[in-house]
Amino acid sequence: MVSGGILAGIVVVAILGPLISPHDYLQTNFDALLQRPTLSGARLFGTDDLGRDLFVRAMLGVQVTIVVAIVASIVSLVIGVAYGAIAGYVGGRVDAVMMRFVDTLYALPFIFFVILLMVAFERNFLLIFVAIGAINWLDMARIVRGQTLSLREREFVEAARLTGVSTLRIIFRHIAPNLLGVVIVYVTLTIPQAILVESFLSFLGLGIQEPQTSLGGLVDAGVNQMEGASWMLLIPAGLLAIVLLCFNFLGDAMRDVFDARNPR
Amino acid sequence: MSLLELDGLTIRYGDTDVVRDLSFGVDNGESVGLVGESGSGKTQTALAILGLLPANATVAGSIRIDGTELLGASEKALNSVRARHVAMVFQDPMQALNPFTQIGQQVGRILIQHKLASAAEARARVIRMFERVGLPDPARQFHAYPHQLSGGMRQRAMIASALIAEPKLLIADEPTTALDVTVQAQILELLADIRRDTALLLITHDLGIVAGHCERMLILADGRLIERGATREVFARPQHEHTARLLAAAPRLDRTDIPTGPRGDTVLAISGAEVIYADRGQESLQAVRGVDLTVRSGETVAIVGESGSGKSSLVRAALGLVPMHAGRVVFCGTALAGRVQHRKKAVRRGLQLVFQDPAGSLNPQMRVASIVAEPLVVHEPAVDAETRQERVIAMLEKVGLGTDYVHRYPHELSGGQAQRVAIARALILRPKVLVCDEAVAALDGTVREQILALLREVQAEAALAIIFITHDLSVVRAISHRVLVMYLGSLVELADNAELFANARHPYTQALLQAVPVPDPEHAGGKAILAGEVPSALRPPDGCAFHPRCPFARDICSAERPPPRKIDGATVACHFAEDLSGA
Repeated sequence: MVSGGILAGIVVVAILGPLISPHDYLQTNFDALLQRPTLSGARLFGTDDLGRDLFVRAMLGVQVTIVVAIVASIVSLVIGVAYGAIAGYVGGRVDAVMMRFVDTLYALPFIFFVILLMVAFERNFLLIFVAIGAINWLDMARIVRGQTLSLREREFVEAARLTGVSTLRIIFRHIAPNLLGVVIVYVTLTIPQAILVESFLSFLGLGIQEPQTSLGGLVDAGVNQMEGASWMLLIPAGLLAIVLLCFNFLGDAMRDVFDARNPR
Repeated sequence: MSLLELDGLTIRYGDTDVVRDLSFGVDNGESVGLVGESGSGKTQTALAILGLLPANATVAGSIRIDGTELLGASEKALNSVRARHVAMVFQDPMQALNPFTQIGQQVGRILIQHKLASAAEARARVIRMFERVGLPDPARQFHAYPHQLSGGMRQRAMIASALIAEPKLLIADEPTTALDVTVQAQILELLADIRRDTALLLITHDLGIVAGHCERMLILADGRLIERGATREVFARPQHEHTARLLAAAPRLDRTDIPTGPRGDTVLAISGAEVIYADRGQESLQAVRGVDLTVRSGETVAIVGESGSGKSSLVRAALGLVPMHAGRVVFCGTALAGRVQHRKKAVRRGLQLVFQDPAGSLNPQMRVASIVAEPLVVHEPAVDAETRQERVIAMLEKVGLGTDYVHRYPHELSGGQAQRVAIARALILRPKVLVCDEAVAALDGTVREQILALLREVQAEAALAIIFITHDLSVVRAISHRVLVMYLGSLVELADNAELFANARHPYTQALLQAVPVPDPEHAGGKAILAGEVPSALRPPDGCAFHPRCPFARDICSAERPPPRKIDGATVACHFAEDLSGA
């Protein structure tokens, strides 16, 4: 609950902050390079090496990071649930072929795969979703398939089959809703994972492109100025840590809630 | 002073009292039955005596063994009481025994732990105890792991572990509920024989077991003790109306109100059914071996047998849920495709199924109304939502559920209500055949009676044919016109209800009838006629599958499989059926 509150607070500030602030994330100010953060002044988090306001940039980073993570998680959710539920419910040879395909994708070295993608195509937002979604849906598909295998044997599914309910309807009416608990918990736990991956890519310079930024990109910039302007590293790194912790705790809390509601 | 004394025991979880102000005593050497329906608090009481309640339970009152107070005693003090003074036999020995330790080691460890014997002595004593509880070849079984034993043998090992330290009180919590009826009779006889001067507190829902094995009985309802007394007294003159209700709902084989309703034409005919489960070229298991069965409209056929008899496989194959290796199914004159997905819609709506576990057969994420409406959505998509809703409500009313249930989820229903919803779902398409797979096995006695009455009612109304699979002969007696007895996948006997119970021809049927506990202290049933247990269907005996356990077996029985023969209207598969009739 506390983590949910903190998270909501951060999100609200991240959305409203840049709107209220007199500064703009693009605007450079060569009279105010590397200003220290001050609690009283207009520069809450100070400025960076180009004189841009760090508060606005950090809030923008939070926005981008969370959006990328959530969208990537939804992408992985949709693909993973559909893929896993079909493989698990249909079973037999279809299942074997579909899951071997997943195994094959697992075997690809991910970072190498992403670097190749970045080199081959223009760097853009969309590509990052694709890249992160592409790894996350694999886990989701495996989890969903396992759950489906056990749900398929349940008597209410057998009753539906006997009555003549179509396979598609069984998957969407009987299997999918019963996967919900597990899936929601897993999604809340994959969001921090996606955040980490995105930050990691941005830190390597493979992620969001300047002058847009994300928390990972800010940390990267901060590392370069670590000796003179430690706030440029500490503030985005701290925000990243807080967001990650909140999502992790939220995931745990969700799991407890859904466990309690489904005693079986 | 009694051996065990409970005084004002109250057990509470949060705001709910599961046991309220319970006081009773058990004297040295006596056998006491603790009876109640599910949720009456009987198991909680047993766990409290042993100090095994979970940490979130609040316990008040007093529990004394030999004058020593157990409530609030340290774990160390409790440990010395457990095993040496009180021991427990649980319902499911598979969960109570450690799967990674040889059973001999597990039992012997109790002696060593309590410093009652050295390691070498412990081994000798364990083997002697295994012999007493009837584990064959005890020196070898010492090294067996729990999964290598059959259910009955595991329960014997469990009893050995409970009695090894010679406790003064043995608590047995539904010790035979997970076992087949012929094995149940053996285990209960064993308990009676070997407890000697150990007092027995037998927890059960089965009044037949209490009638046969307990001197005194205590009846719990909603956590309160509502009646106590000598077993004969309580059975003869129950004081509390709830006791009277329990006694009236007790399963009996001698009831006379057996179904006699009119029967019409044959609606379902199964002939030469064979079901084989093959495991990719490894061992194959033949679950059903050439069984014929016909069911007429308005008729209930019960299929009865112990676990592994193939009763569920036979019916599932007929429904097309498992593949049938050979044989054919004819429904209203048309031969049916093997798999349910290849069958015509009209056929599928004509054959419906009700499962054993009422909660498991309802989708936990759907409301009652959508569950019951789903078959209509699939089969009559033209019907508009309003008419559909009306039909759902009418159906729910027919099974005894009002409109308040429409918006509930399955977890908000009791077992009996959930089973009514399952029946409503099965009946809304007006099927011709309803299959009930152990449909009342998970329900308490009084609820079971209500569901059986409901089934009789809908049958009379719609000339429904019912196939009722059960292991419980009292249910067979109450619901069926005809009875098919199966053993290891084969037909043993097929006869009319009245004929079968009055004049069973096959020795297996006779033994089965004798093994059922009778809820009457004056005429205790539950006799263990048969030794041993049902053999594995992976390696069925040659000839007559029943011959290794048959008291009348002769040479021909191990050599030739007896074909089913018609004798005076009944069908019996025994070489000596004529000689054994009424034996």
